[in-house]
Amino acid sequence: MIKLSIRYINLIVLTVFVLLVFSFFLPYLFPGDLLTNITGITPETQQQREALEIAFKLDKSIFHQFVFYIENLFSGNWGVSTATQQSLKTEVALFFPATIELVVYALLFSILVGIPLGFIGGLRHHKGFDFPIVTFSIVGYSFPVFWIALIFITVFCLQLNWLPTSGRLDLLYDLPSVTGFVLIDIALSDIEDKSAAYKDAFRHLILPTLAVSVVTTALFARFVRRSIMDVMEKSYIIAAKSRGFSPWQIFLKHGFKNALIPILPILALQVSTLITNVMIVETIFSWPGIGKWLIEAIYQHDYPAIRIGMLAVSIVVMILTISTEFLTRAIDPTREKVEHATF
Amino acid sequence: MKSYLANLSRILIALLLCGCLAACEKRDIQHIKNAVVYCSESNPSTFNPQLDTSSTTADATAHQIYDRLLEFNPENGRIEPGLASSWLVSDDGLTYTFQLRRGVEFHTTAYFTPSRSFNADDVIFSIERWKNESHPYHHVNGGSYPYFDSLGLADTIKEVRRINGYRVEITLDSPDSSFLANLATDFSVMLSAEYAMKLLAEGSPSRLDRYPVGTGPFKFVQFRQNQFIRYQRHESYFRPSQGIDQLIFDITQRSSLRMAKLITGECDAVAFPSQNDLVVIEEREDLSLYEEPGLNIGYWAFNTSKPPFDNPEVRKALALAVDKTSLIDAVYLGQATRAKSIVPSTSWAYESGARELGYNPVRAREILTEVGLPANFTMDIWAMPVQRAYNPNALKMAQLIKRYLEDVGIEVNIVSQDWNLFRQNLTNGFHDSVLIGWKADNGDPDNFYRPLLTCDAIPSGTNRALWCNKDYDALIEQALLTDDIEKRRAIYHKANLLIFEQFPLMPIAHAYQYQATRADITGMEINPFGGISFERVKRIQAIQEAEVRND
Repeated sequence: MIKLSIRYINLIVLTVFVLLVFSFFLPYLFPGDLLTNITGITPETQQQREALEIAFKLDKSIFHQFVFYIENLFSGNWGVSTATQQSLKTEVALFFPATIELVVYALLFSILVGIPLGFIGGLRHHKGFDFPIVTFSIVGYSFPVFWIALIFITVFCLQLNWLPTSGRLDLLYDLPSVTGFVLIDIALSDIEDKSAAYKDAFRHLILPTLAVSVVTTALFARFVRRSIMDVMEKSYIIAAKSRGFSPWQIFLKHGFKNALIPILPILALQVSTLITNVMIVETIFSWPGIGKWLIEAIYQHDYPAIRIGMLAVSIVVMILTISTEFLTRAIDPTREKVEHATF
Repeated sequence: MKSYLANLSRILIALLLCGCLAACEKRDIQHIKNAVVYCSESNPSTFNPQLDTSSTTADATAHQIYDRLLEFNPENGRIEPGLASSWLVSDDGLTYTFQLRRGVEFHTTAYFTPSRSFNADDVIFSIERWKNESHPYHHVNGGSYPYFDSLGLADTIKEVRRINGYRVEITLDSPDSSFLANLATDFSVMLSAEYAMKLLAEGSPSRLDRYPVGTGPFKFVQFRQNQFIRYQRHESYFRPSQGIDQLIFDITQRSSLRMAKLITGECDAVAFPSQNDLVVIEEREDLSLYEEPGLNIGYWAFNTSKPPFDNPEVRKALALAVDKTSLIDAVYLGQATRAKSIVPSTSWAYESGARELGYNPVRAREILTEVGLPANFTMDIWAMPVQRAYNPNALKMAQLIKRYLEDVGIEVNIVSQDWNLFRQNLTNGFHDSVLIGWKADNGDPDNFYRPLLTCDAIPSGTNRALWCNKDYDALIEQALLTDDIEKRRAIYHKANLLIFEQFPLMPIAHAYQYQATRADITGMEINPFGGISFERVKRIQAIQEAEVRND
């Protein structure tokens, strides 16, 4: 177990290092002025340029610059965005929670809906309720996320006029960002009518969450359905049946656990897909998350922001993936034989 | 198994119900808070319109946060008292004396509490900042004042003098009949000298243009790039009104998304509705559309500093090769009038008999052969990447022109870039020709003739033809020396002839201006002389409620 942990930590450290090296070289590869690409500041005078070059160690060797870059990253000094002249750390701290929030809701939805659907489909396969579930999972899996999002907007916002098309909360609520999670921030804020604010936040949540989770829910349902079908044909289930257990007891005692454990890593891996999809949906629903922020940074050639945004997103996705992999490995004894840490 | 199904259906029903319930209470919050959400098209580059001529900046600041000494009446273009309650012009037209309004309060915000009301020091500070290069604030935040620079106003004004606390005297070097109009434009805002001095003492003068303090109907609360600008009503505004309490600019760059938000009610009003959406807006009962002939011009400018475009004959041949009527039909969809000269028919200087070039590709080809243009000549057409009333779809227009020019044997390369970069490259003169336009900031025709084509307007980046003609400049100067409209008209007639002969640009169209709002919003008049104003905007329901309470 300790050996395993060390291997995983090792993997994280190595990957982070590779990402750091890559992100360090990005501004050298971007077009334009290197100094602006790194600092986000366009010097107005020659003195200012020289002062900045010294401050950012551009007069020293590339190795010095790299060490300086790492030091700055870890001390929280991430530079400023060329477009807004705001500290990138503040910006990432402002936008990332919105993405995480959407990921969490979409994941919860996918788990709460996708897994039960998979069980129903698998247990009743090729009968009544299985067909709509299979249809949903194939259709849901096949649609591109951005297309679903647009259809949702057309139907629920423009035609039925039920739900808002954009944002996290009506702009009229002047909500200070404390944790960055809208629902928690409302609880912490001094807004007078909190239930109205919650309702408003909820209305903004519905469509983006659904749009992101359609694909994941469909995938979850497919995996779970396949897995439970396999498990229910196992001999120990037949043995249990012959001993007179009710189908319900069999499912709870044997089916549930045995069907889920082998597919947990597959499900966990979907989280990174989910984050990617969230970033797409964010731009469509103007959800103020890191995805929308990055797309805008790309559009505005805001290289310091692209570098930090890319680094932040990839590190989060990577750590999430590796740690879920580690957790499933830890709870699934059959995989202990595999010693090497992998993605 | 049944219980799963039951659970599932319960969840689904609950979700649907929530959706419906939520839907029914949609617009309440806007009413409770008596607020208006305006979906604007982009980020203002600063919160001080002295520093920028872009209409995005003017919309977000000029009439919300600030006031001017004088104001235009949006209906007839007459100059009316603003912060100056009256003014006097000397007989020689050189001295202007302004009597200032008393008791005008500056905004009290989280970052500044004023200790005195508006007075002569603020006027002097606001003008000296852009006029006087040795002023401590002149170089703060760029030091470029494009509107004033393009008009050369800093050189026209000789002195700004304080007579007493509420009286200011401005002396000019030469008479300028558009001077009062310039003081009423979006750019001539009055800043707080007290706030500026406080910032200077704190060593953070650049905050002046980012955390603005003015006397206008709304005070600045918060700005988040690409997201929103939040304003709050200025309670002690000098023109008391029963308007809204909160104003929010929801920054939405895509025009389709702005339209969607207008339909769902997330926005109460939108900037620049696209031509295709106008029909939809007119059909819907819950939306209203306002239309007004705009003080603008869309044109095709040739870079006259670059061969072969330095030859007027080439420029004319290019214009002859293009059928203007079909451009107008295809791009403006009937929402514009054909432009003969650079001034629209709403201006008194409009000349209905002005000469213009028709569509004559045969003649165009003849000219091109005469001047000896190479057979496979290739040129760039730069198409502006943003929508403006004066050119709602420059890219499409460029493609049409490309096809016309192919007929006379010219290959066209269409260039489009990020808006800020685009404007910068135009100022650097990298283009061959560009499709762009101009929206006037005041009702005076000088506001078309001077910024579009004079020599001074080249470095300040409004003369996209980079055309510099001393005769033309002399005419434009001459037109300002008199107040007699007939005399000025005669001078502008000469200028029109000169433009026609030299042909630095091809005038295309004067577009109508549109504004779309929800039906329960009133008081959003289109201001042809500048940025949008929310001072008199109200919600109909809020008005009704107030009436009920009064009864």
